[in-house]
Amino acid sequence: MKSTSELAASKAIYTAEGQPSKQKWHQKRWVRNEWSAYLFLSPYLIMFTMFIIIPVIAAIGLSFTYFNTVQAPEFIGLQNYVNLLTQDSEFMMYVLPNTIKFALLVGPGGYILSFWLAWLLAQIPRKSRTLIALALYSPSLTAAVAMSVVWLIVFSGDSTGYLNAFLINWGFINEPIQWTQSPHYLMPIMMTVTLWNSMGVGFLAMLAGILNVNPEMYEAGYIDGIRNRLQEVWYITIPSMKPQMLFGAVMAVVGTFQAGEIGVQLSGANPTPQYAGQLLINHIADYGFIRYDMGYASAVSVVLLIVIYGFSKLSWRLFGEKD
Amino acid sequence: MASFHGNKINPSRFSLGQLKFFVFLVPLGIIMVLPIFFIFSQSLKPLDELFLYPPTFLVQKPTFENIGSLLTVADITRIPATKYLFNSLMITLFVVVLSLVISAMTGYALSKKQFRLRKVLFEVNTIALMFVPAAVTIPRYLVVEKLGLINTYMGHILPLLALPVGVFLIKQFVDQIPNELIEAAQIDGATDITVFAKIVMPIIQPAMATVAILAFQAAWNNTETSTLYMSQETLKTFAFYMTTLTSTVGNNVAGQGMAAAAALLMFVPNLIIFIFMQSRVMDTMAHSGIK
Repeated sequence: MKSTSELAASKAIYTAEGQPSKQKWHQKRWVRNEWSAYLFLSPYLIMFTMFIIIPVIAAIGLSFTYFNTVQAPEFIGLQNYVNLLTQDSEFMMYVLPNTIKFALLVGPGGYILSFWLAWLLAQIPRKSRTLIALALYSPSLTAAVAMSVVWLIVFSGDSTGYLNAFLINWGFINEPIQWTQSPHYLMPIMMTVTLWNSMGVGFLAMLAGILNVNPEMYEAGYIDGIRNRLQEVWYITIPSMKPQMLFGAVMAVVGTFQAGEIGVQLSGANPTPQYAGQLLINHIADYGFIRYDMGYASAVSVVLLIVIYGFSKLSWRLFGEKD
Repeated sequence: MASFHGNKINPSRFSLGQLKFFVFLVPLGIIMVLPIFFIFSQSLKPLDELFLYPPTFLVQKPTFENIGSLLTVADITRIPATKYLFNSLMITLFVVVLSLVISAMTGYALSKKQFRLRKVLFEVNTIALMFVPAAVTIPRYLVVEKLGLINTYMGHILPLLALPVGVFLIKQFVDQIPNELIEAAQIDGATDITVFAKIVMPIIQPAMATVAILAFQAAWNNTETSTLYMSQETLKTFAFYMTTLTSTVGNNVAGQGMAAAAALLMFVPNLIIFIFMQSRVMDTMAHSGIK
């Protein structure tokens, strides 16, 4: 506690002759700081602007044009969006429902799985935890391209494919199934593969979050009447690691939409067989690089960006710290 | 009424009560690594085993044939796989080093510098965490084309340098460095560069390690820049070369062994790096929360 005289003295310094000079000094420092800050920031800002900001703005701009890459873009207003909603039957019948189905199952599914596994891992001692965490994380270390070797052999359509050979061997099926070419199985296979791959950075963040919850919180919680471990997770663990939950959620959203190419990789064709595994990302590539209708593809990109943004906003709503 | 039996999270030693977690986690962990194990096994199989019916999971007579032929046999375009490997190594090296420096500088400025746009920039970066490059493939292609990066090494490197997650993780980590430490150094006459290089960089090493891993993965596993920006075969990456191997796997059993060997070469560096930096990654992740 400062005594009143001291307080008055320090106030006097600020209000009397102290302030002008101090302010000047601050101002100088401020400017210098401002300059040096941008010096430190500039390489990132340049890269960020070139490869993230400009592409996003360009996508929005191009989405109002007809652009076939040969002639200059021609402004056609909202025509692309109108076509998207009224003309593009594949979009309405397959791409949108597929994307929603895929995103809802893989996004929250992978997220909940990550959290749950992280929580389970937090219950065991350090050495075995590290080992199992590495096993769970290792799928996300693999490149999608590298893994397509495995999946193509496992799900191979003839009887030398592992899944077919296994099922025939055990008498479940008589004929080999064309797994990745079949409209029935492509989507479930895509989801399984993506879920297998979903214990990534977000999973590690949540694991670290769970391990860092202050132990006294649990003690206090039990005194306050928490009766089982489910309540413990719900009332203590999750609320005390909201920032990590949010980071995990954002990573899950990104992972989900980035994984969209898996269908094309598995089936080896874009569009995927009977559009069974066609997602927004594949639809963009289909129109952009196969049909060369870049304007239309950009409109689909904008829709995708809005969808991603919407999902992330939702995560913010759930876990963001209100202030 | 259950009462508090001591904290069960992060136990220091094994107890029987944990058995139920192990019973569940161990088999699951094994299932998760099976496909990776399969790559190892497949890449070591001699030709006759690849043809076997019914297929065997485990390799019986392991050989390095596949890896050998992968590295010596040139593909249809007469470019040896080692050329692609060399491209990937160079590109990855540059991406990791440059994005580390850039992310660290940005993270430091966003955390410790006072400037007007600070809050806005950090928020923009946080929104950019959910940026999915594949969504704007087309305008990105146009930017790369306009910059004259088509068919250059830079076309592989530059698009990967802006890593919002990297900046985010480093910024959160720099936040822990007390301001007093930096001020004290400044009073002692340290310049900005000295503060950054001598004080900040050593402290944020765990975060740097984590970002290095993320950058490494982004560059090493990257096929997009090869597919889209490179028409010259000699400039493409090893990851891209893999896709050409796998696209023929369906009807070409001999190619399976080589493709698996290539997959192994893709995977092993990722694994080794992660194992070495694992504890630093966990250290970084503890501060990864979005507040």
